[in-house]
Amino acid sequence: MATTGKVSGIIANLVIVKVDGPVSQNEICYINHVGVKLMAEVIRIGSKNAYIQVFESTRGLKTGSGVEFTGHMLEATLGPGILSKNFDGLQHDLDKMDGIFLQKGDYTHPLEVDKLWSFKPLAKIGDEVEAGSWLGEVTENWIPHKIMVPFAFTGDFKVKEINAVGEYKIYDTIAVLEDKNGQEHKVSMVQRWPVKIPIRTFKEKPRPFDFLETGIRVIDSLNPIVEGGTGFIPGPFGTGKTVLQHALMKQAEADMIVVAACGERANEVVEIFAEFPKLDDPRTGRKLMERTTIIANTSNMPVAAREASVYTAMTIAEYYRSMGLKILLLADSTSRWAQALREMSNRMEELPGPDAFPMDLPAIISNFYARAGFVYLTNGKTGSVTFIGTVSPAGGNLKEPVTEATKKAARCFYSLSQNRADSKRYPAIDAVDSYSKYLEYPEFIEFVEKTVAPNWVDNILKAKNILIRGREAYEQINILGDDGVPINYHEIFWKSEIIDFVILQQDAFDKIDASTPIERQKYMMEKVLALADTHFEFENFEEVNPYFKRIINVFKQMNYSEFQSEKFKKFESELQDIVKEKAVVEVEQS
Amino acid sequence: MLKLNKAKIKRMETTAFQKIHTKIDQITKATCTLHASGIGNEEMALVNDRLAQVVKIEGDLVTLQIFSGTEGIPTNAEVVFLGHAPQLAVSDELSGRFFNAYGQPIDGGPEVDGNMVEIGGPSVNPVRRKQPSELIATGIAGIDLNNTLVTGQKIPFFADPDQPYNQVMAMVALRAKADKIILGGMGITNDDYLFFKNVFENAGAIDRIISFVNTTENPPVERLLVPDMALTAAEYFAAEKNQSVLVLLTDMTLYADALSIVSNRMDQIPSKDSMPGSLYSDLAKLYEKAVQFPEGGSITIIAVTTLSGGDITHAIPDNTGYITEGQLFLRKDTDIGKVIIDPFRSLSRLKQLVIGKKTREDHPQVMNTAIRLYADAANAKTKIENGFDLTDYDKRTMSFAKEYSEKLLAIDINIEIDTMIDTAWKLFNKYFSPAETGIKAELVEKYGKQNTENT
Ligand SMILES: Nc1ncnc2c1ncn2[C@@H]1O[C@H](COP(=O)(O)OP(=O)(O)OP(=O)(O)O)[C@@H](O)[C@H]1O
Ligand SMILES: [Mg+2]
Repeated sequence: MATTGKVSGIIANLVIVKVDGPVSQNEICYINHVGVKLMAEVIRIGSKNAYIQVFESTRGLKTGSGVEFTGHMLEATLGPGILSKNFDGLQHDLDKMDGIFLQKGDYTHPLEVDKLWSFKPLAKIGDEVEAGSWLGEVTENWIPHKIMVPFAFTGDFKVKEINAVGEYKIYDTIAVLEDKNGQEHKVSMVQRWPVKIPIRTFKEKPRPFDFLETGIRVIDSLNPIVEGGTGFIPGPFGTGKTVLQHALMKQAEADMIVVAACGERANEVVEIFAEFPKLDDPRTGRKLMERTTIIANTSNMPVAAREASVYTAMTIAEYYRSMGLKILLLADSTSRWAQALREMSNRMEELPGPDAFPMDLPAIISNFYARAGFVYLTNGKTGSVTFIGTVSPAGGNLKEPVTEATKKAARCFYSLSQNRADSKRYPAIDAVDSYSKYLEYPEFIEFVEKTVAPNWVDNILKAKNILIRGREAYEQINILGDDGVPINYHEIFWKSEIIDFVILQQDAFDKIDASTPIERQKYMMEKVLALADTHFEFENFEEVNPYFKRIINVFKQMNYSEFQSEKFKKFESELQDIVKEKAVVEVEQS
Repeated sequence: MLKLNKAKIKRMETTAFQKIHTKIDQITKATCTLHASGIGNEEMALVNDRLAQVVKIEGDLVTLQIFSGTEGIPTNAEVVFLGHAPQLAVSDELSGRFFNAYGQPIDGGPEVDGNMVEIGGPSVNPVRRKQPSELIATGIAGIDLNNTLVTGQKIPFFADPDQPYNQVMAMVALRAKADKIILGGMGITNDDYLFFKNVFENAGAIDRIISFVNTTENPPVERLLVPDMALTAAEYFAAEKNQSVLVLLTDMTLYADALSIVSNRMDQIPSKDSMPGSLYSDLAKLYEKAVQFPEGGSITIIAVTTLSGGDITHAIPDNTGYITEGQLFLRKDTDIGKVIIDPFRSLSRLKQLVIGKKTREDHPQVMNTAIRLYADAANAKTKIENGFDLTDYDKRTMSFAKEYSEKLLAIDINIEIDTMIDTAWKLFNKYFSPAETGIKAELVEKYGKQNTENT
């Protein structure tokens, strides 16, 4: 018999329920509110009472209302049909809901129950299998969606029956497995998995090393991220976190993008809805929406479901990783999730940590980031979940609990600078303050030396060094005045400006400039570094600024032109001529 | 303090039967607690004729927040539960009317006859929204050129209290060609209230205006109802009548202050700047009512968030900035002695949906270039302050900046967008070479060349 209860107290969306039987922490229950069922999660248990957070507004709710407990935690429904969907934070299909406004308790099925999928078996009768083993596949958009032994199955099984090639619905039995005790288990194309528990059916999770191309120069060419890596983007409001995430969604080299829009603006999700079905995926030529799944819990949607939304997104990403795919998971903004935890913790009158956030916030964040990673599956194939979250620091101050906790958990730090955003130097990532720990991984260095260029990492370090020296020179010029420093200080500063304008700055809204393939990045980096190695001679400091501005201008025209096109080459030779005007020792331009 | 006519309120209620409670257990500064059963969360009640709302239920103990405060409330006060959350009667009769925070007329006119709807209702399903794409022209170049507004957007003015934000907002509202303008006034002075009334009347726009006003003469906690009242009326016209509705909310800082008063009185743990930890969600719930509906209706929100000493790191502007789609910064430019829309800290996030698409293709680059050059002028100014000589380029940027400020940034500008772009080109050509502006060669060729000072 399922446990039931009665509402005995209501404080905003925290509801106290008097229960008549056993309940478990994080168990899901439904409150019966004038004929509508409101979904809720147990977050604390007292001697006779369960404290539940309701994933809906509790307006109008009365004490005495009945509550039914389900016996399971919040689960994701995993099966073919997830790709291209727009879900709410609890994985209900938003497109299936009626009307313009969201109605309480309108819980729609995440998948298509009646749709036929053409199934192809991969396993044979008699095969030994375990949780996560591939039994068969169906084609979802263009992804070979593996039908796996449910992750919840423990131990070894033998395939007793497996369906032949054919059309099946998701809940049809496609295989029968036999466990060690000879007991039979039916398997369909759908399985459920509790979102707060990592899916661990892989064999091994090594340190990630495989370069993940994003097309964003300040990332790839200065602070590269890897397949299965983690990164975070903190920045004050309006500095470009969301634009950067959207650029990653459009350009990053991944089989699938899972987006958790967590407590941010609805219009930003609408932008994805509106554009992605039209935009091409540069790698497959298909539409971007075909590789994208969106979990939208925007800021006006129920606060309690914000936390659930990031876990739902992670679980979906892990599910597809188990199929041997490269997944990029993006969450905007993880601070909203932390704030949702804070609201609830305060309502429960827990002892607060710094800035009234719950004490265990750092542990929650690092456990979440730890679910990303590059894995070897039991069949030897590889898969990855790369996770990049944004952080919205209160007051733009990076010394606040969410930023600090995330800094400990994520390996790449993409710090957005207010100053750069104010002067429209987009993307406003401060290339010097930011870092990628992967640049220190020997396995990464070895990998990019082979796949990108033998001197790729050296070039990165060289470029960073020029930026740092430029910054120092700039400070000196500011302190001592334009004519109070040697002329070459101006030169050093302007060489760093070239890197800034040509490599770092990138117009996310220009068709060509928005995405730079790695070949082109390599080419431009070599060009810029060659220029930095060139010695110039100037009569006085006043010549320096206009001269380099001309160089930058031509470089920018190159960035706006199709790579290696006539136009591109014309600007390139124009550049050569300008360089010749003042160069002392001509250094070979690659 | 607002006087409520008991008989009138009772008449408004549709449910005839109401049980009257007369025993209050506990009274604090803002709340009272009593035994009652069958009460819904967030339900409205009358406590000795003062409006109150259920904020907490524990067993049969119900806590009510009394909007106008508990001064003078006795333990035997008459408590009547109204059986519903706060609501507003919506119909076309709202047009041209003035109401208080409870949605009751304050203009001497009759009650509005219409459908009763609960305020603060459900959110729009994100997949049912349409991407905003209609440009709102205001004639002010600091807005149209640099921070273009779009219907369905939500954006506040960030301004120090001494800046003319209400004037600018009223001007924007009247030029915006909206079907309805809904004013939500929170803690505004009576003078400001009369200012709005006059401006709208003089513009002959009064029948397009609806106002919900809580002035400094009313209890502060009442103002918590104002934005939801205004937005509920807005939803009626936008969703049901497919109209474009502009909602003006001033001053959201005073709204947030009221939130902190309540949370403080309820002994909640404050987070930054003594604001409740839920400030982000509380504000987002309001601002996210801005929407473009597929059927053509839209709600655009223009708000005011007053700053103290220009500090935008304070929790109120900070959380607002994280929610809204940009912000418009008012600043006095001492070089030209006028208030300008500051191009550095101002931003319209939705501008890229229209600029270069609904406006001329050179708009984005011209806008960005002008701002970059204006930033160079700011650097040159710093040089002067530090006692350094200026280069020729520095001097040119400073002259440019002054003229740019006068001809484009000042809030008293009222011109067409094409003229704004041409004006910027003229300034570029007057002070800089094409290499210094760094604009795409094709654009210079197509638009820049003909815009010299003499054309
Ligand atoms: N790469 C870019 N190129 C051009 N403009 C940009 C770029 N990045 C950001 N912007 C500008 O900055 C605005 C704000 O960017 P975005 O919405 O990404 O900020 P955010 O950091 O996500 O802010 P919030 O924390 O408030 O969500 C954009 O609307 C756009 O005008
Ligand atoms: Mg954002």
